Amino acid sequence: MTLRKLREALIERTIFVSGITSIVIVALIFIFLLKEGLSIFLAVNPLDFLFGQFWYPISDPPSFGVLPLIIGSVFVTLGAAAISVPIGVASALYIAEVAPPRTKEILKAGIELLAAIPSVVIGFIGMVTLGPFIKAVFGLPTGLTALTGSITLAFMAMPTIVSIAEDAVTAVPRQYREAAIAMGATKWQTTWRIVAYAARPGMIAAIMLGIGRVIGETMAVMMVTGNAALIPTSFLQPVRTLTATIAAEMGESVQGGEHYAALFAIGIVLFVITFLINGVADLYLHRTTRR
Amino acid sequence: MNARTEQRIAFSVLFACTLLVVMPVLIILAIIFVKGYSALSLDFLLGMPEDGMNAGGIFPAVLGTLYLVIGAIAFAVPLGVLSAIYLVEYSRDNAISRLIRLAIVNLAGVPSVVYGLFGLGIFVVFLGFGVSILSGSLTLGIMILPVIITASREALESVPRSFRIVSFSLGASRWQTIRHVVLPHALPGILTGTILGLGRAAGETAPILFTVAAFYLPTLPESVFDQTMALPYHLYVISTQVPGIHEEVRFGTALVLLLLVLLLNLAAIILRYQFRKKKKW
Repeated sequence: MTLRKLREALIERTIFVSGITSIVIVALIFIFLLKEGLSIFLAVNPLDFLFGQFWYPISDPPSFGVLPLIIGSVFVTLGAAAISVPIGVASALYIAEVAPPRTKEILKAGIELLAAIPSVVIGFIGMVTLGPFIKAVFGLPTGLTALTGSITLAFMAMPTIVSIAEDAVTAVPRQYREAAIAMGATKWQTTWRIVAYAARPGMIAAIMLGIGRVIGETMAVMMVTGNAALIPTSFLQPVRTLTATIAAEMGESVQGGEHYAALFAIGIVLFVITFLINGVADLYLHRTTRR
Repeated sequence: MNARTEQRIAFSVLFACTLLVVMPVLIILAIIFVKGYSALSLDFLLGMPEDGMNAGGIFPAVLGTLYLVIGAIAFAVPLGVLSAIYLVEYSRDNAISRLIRLAIVNLAGVPSVVYGLFGLGIFVVFLGFGVSILSGSLTLGIMILPVIITASREALESVPRSFRIVSFSLGASRWQTIRHVVLPHALPGILTGTILGLGRAAGETAPILFTVAAFYLPTLPESVFDQTMALPYHLYVISTQVPGIHEEVRFGTALVLLLLVLLLNLAAIILRYQFRKKKKW
């Protein structure tokens, strides 16, 4: 009997330790980003880092201003959100409220498959099909622009937006719909004015998580945006994002050097941004489930 | 405009939007299949690259991805399942369990390239594993941990409370109950999560960029401390880094990667569907 108790206690310990690994890993990620990245602020003042307009990491002397990269990320993210939010919310409404059960299953599977396509494959397709198309339509010297990136990323954000918004719509209590229909509203009026309205917190969470995905996306964006680290003035210019900069330049930086530290510091910026977005989105998600 | 017409128009718009979301899957599949399938052959899958990666096969990349995925799963599944067991079977709703939940949500949202930085910082440099299969597998394993935990948690939560109560009433301990009553019923759900994790790990590029992936290697890796080529990185290399690679080779590589990932996901979807249909409670 005591042996059994000992065994139970041992197992319980192991399980508890595994249970808290997620917390440990989040902490470790933050610690290691700081450990490798903070030294850049000995060389560059944090404000000059965030708001400096020139990213010339390998010039002599180097200049580590990430503003062009932040603006590049913002351009691509806003563009992608402008495309994916209305389309994503509309299809979430269609799948949750309009589609017959069988169609619904197929559509959901299709969206899951879209989410599963590796970003390097999406980037590759964007590069060989969308790029040349944009180049021809707008008569540009290159088809790899902020617009190309926005369209590509919009498709990568859509599965997130659709599936979470769809959950939010489905979670709206049946009685809301029945009451609206009983008052003489059409199905569309019910869907748009009652159900979509009631599902707002979940939809906001869906949009935020979609945007979080876009900001963090790396490979596809690196392959289709042209990677010019200059502050863009139009969507038809090449841009370079925070993520693409890390991925593209880490290989050529010297371990422990300023450039290396600067790339980790960009990682800190990304980590903090996504941490905030996910935290707030989670608050909104819980607001829906509590009701 | 009367309400009926309005409804018809509105629903058509919603339907069109849904098509816009789903169609790209088919279009991407179609393009890659049409342009890539002529490259597909056993020699392509099992041959070494030749002529500056312009001919021959992609075997080192396929094998490397296999190694990385196995390593990632070996690390993430035990840890993820135990972690889910803690959340569902042991923890009460207190500060720690809420903190764990928040951590999982945040891990799921960390950009893949940041996982790459983390893997470089901790495994390659700090623990001294170097740029190796070990570092890459662990990095990928940490990245898919939230996928495994979330799927396992849902699977465990779907096992009815009454099963546990009956087991306790027969004198079984908590662990015996979990081991013999709860886990067997949660297994299909956990398996689904594992397959999804496999698919995700197989397709990710950014986490392996600085932790394991090699541009080109003439020989196959021999230990976990060796570098390796990997499918997604290989596709990136031959489509952006090396000019003038034949279209057929590029699309062929994309097709192999896409098929691998989509088949894994399809398997997960079917498994989940079968499981739901069979469930009797």
